[in-house]
Amino acid sequence: MEKILEVKDLHVDFDTYNGTVHAIRGVDFHLNAGETLAIVGESGSGKSVTVRAVLQLLASNAKISKGEVLYHGDDLLQKSDQDMDKIRGNKISMIFQDPMTSLDPTMTIGKQVAEPLLIHNNVSQKDALQRAEEVLRLVGIPNPKARMNDYPHQFSGGQRQRIVIAIAIVDYPEILIADEPTTALDVTVQAQIIDLLKELQQKIGTSIIFITHDLGVVAGIADRVAVMYAGRFVEYGTVNEVFYNPQHPYTWGLLDSMPTLDTSESARLNSIPGTPPNLLNPPKGDAFAPRNKYALEIDEEEQPPFFKVSKTHYAATWLLHPDAPKVTPPAGILKRFEKFQKLGGNAK
Amino acid sequence: MTKYILRRIFYLFLTLFIIATITFFLMKMLPGTPFSNQNRMSAEQLKIVKAQYGLDQSVFVQYVRYLGGLLQGNLGTSFQFNNEPVTLLIGQRLAPSMQIGAQAMIVGTIFGILLGAVAAIRKNTWVDTLATFVSILGLSIPSFVLAVLLQFYLAYKWKIYPVALWDNFQSSVLPTIALAALPLGTVARFMRTEMVDVLSSDYIELAKSKGNSNWKVVTKHALRNSLIPVVTIIGPMAVSVMTGSMVVENIFSIPGIGEQFVKSITTNDYPTIMGLTIFYSFLLIIVYLIVDILYGLIDPRIRLGNGGKE
Repeated sequence: MEKILEVKDLHVDFDTYNGTVHAIRGVDFHLNAGETLAIVGESGSGKSVTVRAVLQLLASNAKISKGEVLYHGDDLLQKSDQDMDKIRGNKISMIFQDPMTSLDPTMTIGKQVAEPLLIHNNVSQKDALQRAEEVLRLVGIPNPKARMNDYPHQFSGGQRQRIVIAIAIVDYPEILIADEPTTALDVTVQAQIIDLLKELQQKIGTSIIFITHDLGVVAGIADRVAVMYAGRFVEYGTVNEVFYNPQHPYTWGLLDSMPTLDTSESARLNSIPGTPPNLLNPPKGDAFAPRNKYALEIDEEEQPPFFKVSKTHYAATWLLHPDAPKVTPPAGILKRFEKFQKLGGNAK
Repeated sequence: MTKYILRRIFYLFLTLFIIATITFFLMKMLPGTPFSNQNRMSAEQLKIVKAQYGLDQSVFVQYVRYLGGLLQGNLGTSFQFNNEPVTLLIGQRLAPSMQIGAQAMIVGTIFGILLGAVAAIRKNTWVDTLATFVSILGLSIPSFVLAVLLQFYLAYKWKIYPVALWDNFQSSVLPTIALAALPLGTVARFMRTEMVDVLSSDYIELAKSKGNSNWKVVTKHALRNSLIPVVTIIGPMAVSVMTGSMVVENIFSIPGIGEQFVKSITTNDYPTIMGLTIFYSFLLIIVYLIVDILYGLIDPRIRLGNGGKE
């Protein structure tokens, strides 16, 4: 499979009054053509910063201090802002999180959807609006012809998110970055938006990077999953591998805190104790160690490298080291291992 | 929309009526008469003059008479200033004030918007600091100080513009600059604050993610959204600037209306005070109406009546 996007050793720092925050501390990942990669992690883990760095849409106090973002082998970080303008909205586009604030309140919907076409293609205003209308129909805005001249405040939240998606796909991007596109929506609308994205992916053949903190959503949309914690990836693999054969204690914690159909009504949901580290002074060793009851001594000293679990599955935990002691994961995770074996995998 | 404007016009007259009433009675409470300076007049003469102007009647009768005249567009005749009709008096004096005021507003608003926008775009750089410095200067230097400085350098020393004269456009440049400082400073401050907000909003990030250049992001998306609160302050400021500044008009010898207003108050020239007050109020209400209509044009969320199709 062709890798259309490859991020290597990405570091992003933020200058703040309190000092430099090392928000992204060495992230590597790639995106294959036509697939959906989900990046999951709790708030503040650096998911949004990672994808914004790809498009260079970071706040002015942010600095990409190291790394490469290869798009078809071409390093985007070496490009000027003008050259990036030709890629944004055209080759790589982004769906934003909050539909209520992401649309320009003083511009008609038709114009907003048509805008990327007018920027990137040599088309007339009329043709662009024509196309905008088609795309609005595609994303499920009823009666798009009549609604082209309406303003954002005349639409509901779900409709606005559809419009935000329409803007992102109107120029048939190769890569679609969806930054928590369903977080601000209620559950039924969430499901509709996920279905819409899947449908669009088949129609226009785009690759998707899907950011979320909702594991349920991931299971529904992704081919591969990457788990992020404190500015680094801790585990990545196919959906089945990460969901049913998780190796990193942080992934265990995440999955274990998800309610399942077996969870009794009175039971307390599991949670991961403690809080993420302050990235002003990132820890020397594994950032998750202080919250990790399976932590080894070496976790305090040295950051674990990625250990290979399968050809597609890697996890950064010392527990995978041949010399590491055997630990027993939480009961919920053991059940997942059983399911993985049923699926034909070889769980540890 | 039409219905809305008609309703607003009805309120306009109601407001004017209330203002006329309040001003009329307040003015009657001022000490002295228009003729108190003419000590040499005998009691007989004073009585004749008072009767001539209808001042011998009770206050209430005078009030009803005045309102009657007002309905016919008659603001009465001035007690001073050669007994000219007040409408004529205001008309003559208004033109220079309005011209300078309008010029100052245009210059101040345009440069204020530019200055504020540039400061916001280059936030926390030396450009921002410089722009903030200029706008604070504009806000805090009294117009008479600025006027005198302008006269000294541009007129007296370098002889680019006349010192104090009222004939052609040349002579209006210095007073325009002197008056433009305040609107410039005010607009720039508002514009910067608003634009900083707008530039950090989600829809600006989305506009950038579409592939818009920075210039297009500002001109197509940020500017219009930042203008909404600026429009609010421009309206009333325009009235206060266009109705003349006594100080600036005095310094530059401009036969404007600001000076007239002050003179008519010190001489108890009732009809002129009334006429000017009503005229100012009228102007202010009209400007507010225009501002409200402008809002709708700039911001569709506050469009009126049937503007929205939902």
